[in-house]
Amino acid sequence: MKILIPIKRVVDYNVKVRVKSDGSGVDTTNVKMSMNPFDEIAVEEAVRLKEKGVATEIVAVSCGVAACQETLRTALALGADRAILIETDVELQPLAVAKLLAALAAEEKPELMILGKQAIDDDANQTGQMLAALLDWPQAAFASKVDIAAGVATVKREVDGGTETVEMKLPAIVTTDLRLNEPRYATLPNIMKAKKKPLTTTTPAALNVDVAPRLTTLKVVEPPKRKGGGKVADVKELVAKLRTEAKVIT
Amino acid sequence: MSTYYAPLAEMQFVMNHLAGLEQVAKLPGFEDATPDTVAAILDEAAKFATQVLDPLNASGDREGSKLLEGGVVKTPAGFKDAYLQYCDNGWNGLTKSPEYGGQGLPQLVATAVEEMWHASNLAFDLCPLLTQGAIEAIELRGSDALKKKFLPRMVAGTWTGTMNLTEPQAGSDLAAVRTRAIAQGDGTYKLHGQKIFITFGEHDYTDNIVHLVLARTPDAPDGVKGISLFVVPKFLVNDDGTPGARNDVHCVSLERKLGIHASPTAVLAYGDHGGATGYLVGEENRGLEYMFIMMNLARFSVGLEGVGISDRAYQRAVTYARDRVQGRAVGLEKNAATGAIIDHPDVRRMLMTMRAYTEATRAVAYVTAAALDNAANNPDASARAKAQAFADFMIPIVKGWSTEVAQEVAALGVQVHGGMGFIEETGAAQHLRDARITTIYEGTTGIQANDLIGRKTARDSGAVAKAVVAEIHKVAATLAARSEPSLQAIGVALAAATADLQAALDWMVPAYGQRTRAAHAVAVAYLKLWGLAAGGWQMGRAALVAADQQAAAGGGDPAFLHAKIATARFYADCLLPQASAYARTVLHGSESVLALDVEAF
Repeated sequence: MKILIPIKRVVDYNVKVRVKSDGSGVDTTNVKMSMNPFDEIAVEEAVRLKEKGVATEIVAVSCGVAACQETLRTALALGADRAILIETDVELQPLAVAKLLAALAAEEKPELMILGKQAIDDDANQTGQMLAALLDWPQAAFASKVDIAAGVATVKREVDGGTETVEMKLPAIVTTDLRLNEPRYATLPNIMKAKKKPLTTTTPAALNVDVAPRLTTLKVVEPPKRKGGGKVADVKELVAKLRTEAKVIT
Repeated sequence: MSTYYAPLAEMQFVMNHLAGLEQVAKLPGFEDATPDTVAAILDEAAKFATQVLDPLNASGDREGSKLLEGGVVKTPAGFKDAYLQYCDNGWNGLTKSPEYGGQGLPQLVATAVEEMWHASNLAFDLCPLLTQGAIEAIELRGSDALKKKFLPRMVAGTWTGTMNLTEPQAGSDLAAVRTRAIAQGDGTYKLHGQKIFITFGEHDYTDNIVHLVLARTPDAPDGVKGISLFVVPKFLVNDDGTPGARNDVHCVSLERKLGIHASPTAVLAYGDHGGATGYLVGEENRGLEYMFIMMNLARFSVGLEGVGISDRAYQRAVTYARDRVQGRAVGLEKNAATGAIIDHPDVRRMLMTMRAYTEATRAVAYVTAAALDNAANNPDASARAKAQAFADFMIPIVKGWSTEVAQEVAALGVQVHGGMGFIEETGAAQHLRDARITTIYEGTTGIQANDLIGRKTARDSGAVAKAVVAEIHKVAATLAARSEPSLQAIGVALAAATADLQAALDWMVPAYGQRTRAAHAVAVAYLKLWGLAAGGWQMGRAALVAADQQAAAGGGDPAFLHAKIATARFYADCLLPQASAYARTVLHGSESVLALDVEAF
């Protein structure tokens, strides 16, 4: 079984992000970039499936600028067998990524694609679902346990109020939640071996996908600073303030 | 609480622009050390240091290693798992020969990685460090049979190694070693004696420990020329490689120490029950010579411990200073002042001192590491020899100066915390306690200084020293000729330090031959002068690179470059002037050091 794992290069989770002065987005110059943590969980799950003998090949794929190769090398160091970069300088939105992945899936014919449920930069939580729709594959988003047997994936999903277990026929889409696994560290020998694993590059044009943005970002701003609280003399004043100032009761 | 984050941008700046990683990666055997691979290695090491080693540092200090019944040592909670993970992840074999399962990466790369281990958990890293020394000894001079039997497992970390030099009466003076080794006629020896201060001499990490032991054969000449080196495993090794019978070496006690509590410091008894079986390394009576070959790298590593602890103490102090609100910052507008102590000028002075010393000692160490790589693998024999001479000269400076600086930096770390620094829960005190051993083991600062004035300065009549002074002078001149006022100021300060250095060198070379006691009396001042000037040299180079990057479009992170130049300027203005004080001590201080008779003390 071949598994395709799409991964995204994002601002490292330790970095305190700054909004660009013109409000057009987040400043990423000279900022440490890493693999989206949810995607690390996806890579780990794929590697575990391969170690169990369920998967035979793991292909990591990333869409974006040339520097995404570094992130793909990380996936290779963690255990992916080869990597594909769909290179573009265009700012990619979830639908464009889903279309690129769908086109690539048509070529690669994986039986399972594991994605992070969302990326920690835009938190869109859309690509996996859109991809399933485009491919017309079954999907199990927010997975906390995955079992594969006889062409069927049994997935425990995190849902409001608990977990739900679903079964779906392969090929299928899984997106990862935090509890699915704890990703391993890349070992030094595997970091060295990753250098020699194949990494090929293609483009949206070669996949015949139009990646032009469909959404326009109007403005990016810092969250408002918390204002200091105040003290009220009694319940009466509190109720009055909730009604007239906070306007949360009528 | 403060979490350790490896200063990756700074490390890469130093590796790329001061130490010359690109050149090192072109040396035969180091081709894999390309910038992208090195970045991936540093990233992963940084993760391991932050997530696995740093959280164990304080708990390991509190709990310590304990000696249980029957000579069994229990390391602090979490240490064994961390060690096994460290080995599983392949870190133990970073620089080791691929022939024995290592990765064969350059010392320069190992230096940055090791700095992270030292900074996040010094006590933890001592075990791999000692294993490394033992591996080197066997690799350099051991027979093929010894290599085959021990090296693959030691490189993998399945077995650890120790270095057994010290005995109660033989500390800095190894000529006094008394442990006896008697040939058994079958190629093996029986050892009897007691060794002390054996780092990780006993522990619960692995099922075997390989001791490297200095001992005397019965007919050996007196003094240092009669010491041989032996491999004595805790468990004898069967021909199929599995551990066999228990050898007659036992841990009889653990020392109670000022710092590095997690690291078990063992007293080992050899041969109390008939003799410990040992295997000779190389030839009889040449043990000390072999030991000195490894000593270079061991001393370098201890210098790097100073860098790591300094950085850790600095990071912790910055975190606290940002957070701790106390008073109003003098001279700042009432509403602009945050009240955090980082706004107080004197706290800034302390943080800048810590930062500048850390960056300077790091740069000097990394540049030396690159020289070690060239000394090992440069295809050109004269380049190899030149690099070896430079590294040999710098190692006592890296060891002696970086660790002495770490005392000051760790002490300032406590000072920034105020009263809370004296309380163990902030963690600042641990760095001070842990740092304290670094000026002592692998040769005290005094021993380093003696090495620097004797073997490294006087023996070649100061030839290598003069060449280094000339290099420093060149950088000072380049800085002084620049148009940027900051660089000019650094250049002027560095030129003054260079003149001090030259004067001290001119005094030292003849003094060493003619007035030996006088030369030794000011040897540490001479070493510290060299450290300060070498730090100024590298900070000056860093400022030049940073200024050039500032001028070039898209040349680097503006905030980083600005800070680099400002820190270099601080070093030049506030730390480098001490060079003239040390030079004065070298030129004029020896008589007063020795003025009193022993009876007067």
